[in-house]
Amino acid sequence: MNAPDKEYLALVREKMPKSKHLTTVFRAFWTGGVICCIGEALNVAYSSVPGDFSSDDVAALTTITLILMTAILTGFGIYDKIGAYAGGGSIVPITGFANSVVSSAIEHKREGVVLGLCSNMFQVAGPVIVFGISSSVVVGIIVLIFKGAFA
Amino acid sequence: MKRGSTVNFDGVYVENTASVVGPKEAEGPLGKYFDKQVKDDLLGQKSHELAEIRFHITAIRYLMNKSRRKEEDVDLCIAGDLLDEITGASLTMREFDVPFLGAYNACATFAESLITAALFISSGKFKRIISSTSSHFSTAERQYRFPLELGNQRTPLAQWTVTAAGAVMLSDIPSKVAVKRATVGKVVDFGVTDGNDMGACMAPAAADTIVRHFSESGLKPDYYDLIATGDLGTAGSELMKVLAEKRGIKLGSNYNDCGAMIFNRVWQDVGQGGSGAACSSSVFSGYIYKKMLLGDFKRVLLVPTGALCSKTSILQGESIPGIAHAVAFEVVK
Repeated sequence: MNAPDKEYLALVREKMPKSKHLTTVFRAFWTGGVICCIGEALNVAYSSVPGDFSSDDVAALTTITLILMTAILTGFGIYDKIGAYAGGGSIVPITGFANSVVSSAIEHKREGVVLGLCSNMFQVAGPVIVFGISSSVVVGIIVLIFKGAFA
Repeated sequence: MKRGSTVNFDGVYVENTASVVGPKEAEGPLGKYFDKQVKDDLLGQKSHELAEIRFHITAIRYLMNKSRRKEEDVDLCIAGDLLDEITGASLTMREFDVPFLGAYNACATFAESLITAALFISSGKFKRIISSTSSHFSTAERQYRFPLELGNQRTPLAQWTVTAAGAVMLSDIPSKVAVKRATVGKVVDFGVTDGNDMGACMAPAAADTIVRHFSESGLKPDYYDLIATGDLGTAGSELMKVLAEKRGIKLGSNYNDCGAMIFNRVWQDVGQGGSGAACSSSVFSGYIYKKMLLGDFKRVLLVPTGALCSKTSILQGESIPGIAHAVAFEVVK
């Protein structure tokens, strides 16, 4: 095993092109904002629907609609083009999560339903679920211990 | 005759070549040189893996038809690709009644198979050998990176795997282009760990092989009309030139990179250029060989480059070594 060539690695850092952070941050900001505005619009629309929707129902309906929209856009090969432009702007909202599940499912459909599609569906989204569940457990324990302080 | 790891060949000729490319490659600057351009990169198959195999089969079949040779005229086929366990080449070869040797040196596989074929022919025991490689953007993305439909951004360092197959028929029958010499590369690791930065991984290996090629053959870089590395990409080529110059080999305007040639980086949005096992094979079979027949290039040094890694080795934090082999072609009559 050779030791890393520090001189060369420095040359690589100097010569190789870097991401244009300002441009990518700006793109992520406005596209992410637009997705949130769509969510907010759905929220308003569902609230004004006559019927007995509680605020929890409205939140769930909004989420479901966004996920459905993303799944359809992913299936038609449009969401990856949005993502190539938007970067974090379309990854961070729930639409990004939906895209990661649907894209993995499409990719592995050809290896069969059980061992292909189902076992690879959460290939990209898996870490998000693991960290989401683990952190909610940790936060739950903290709340349990310091319940008095939060009451 | 062998000096260091440079071998001279006598009596090994390129009988013919064939190349089949996908739509993006056909739109690129070299599009008109390729034998076949397909419009649909899935080729009506049910998976991209099968499509890549179809590309490979088409290239070999077309090469045989073009040179009016039957399966029994071909003594051996040395082929490889990037799929796990080189299933691309192996499944391609079940269509042919031809002996097969599988080769793998990542994107330098084409050079490995050419050198092996040239040595087999110069042994006098084999008359005609096909060496070929294939790669496909969609199979490589899936194997090394993310699902195709995932909305992620590519880094500016990323390269675009070429969707193509290239096949070359070598034989002992004298023809216009001969395989003159080759330098076998070493695995060179300078400690680059970024799996997106393939150019930087492979540049040290390419520089090492090129420098050794000139010191062992006694030739100068301006001896060749074209020195073409495989898939270092634009920025990787610059790194390679710096490394070679440090060791006393200054590459001039006769240097280029197949990955940089095959796409137009600006409007095709391919990052640093093309890559993949079929990058050097399709550019050689399509562009370089035809230019040699026309007499535009008389002496060419082809240096396919490979990054030796797998998804597992990268995730386990291993650095990515490179390899490059040089093969020299000359117009002889």
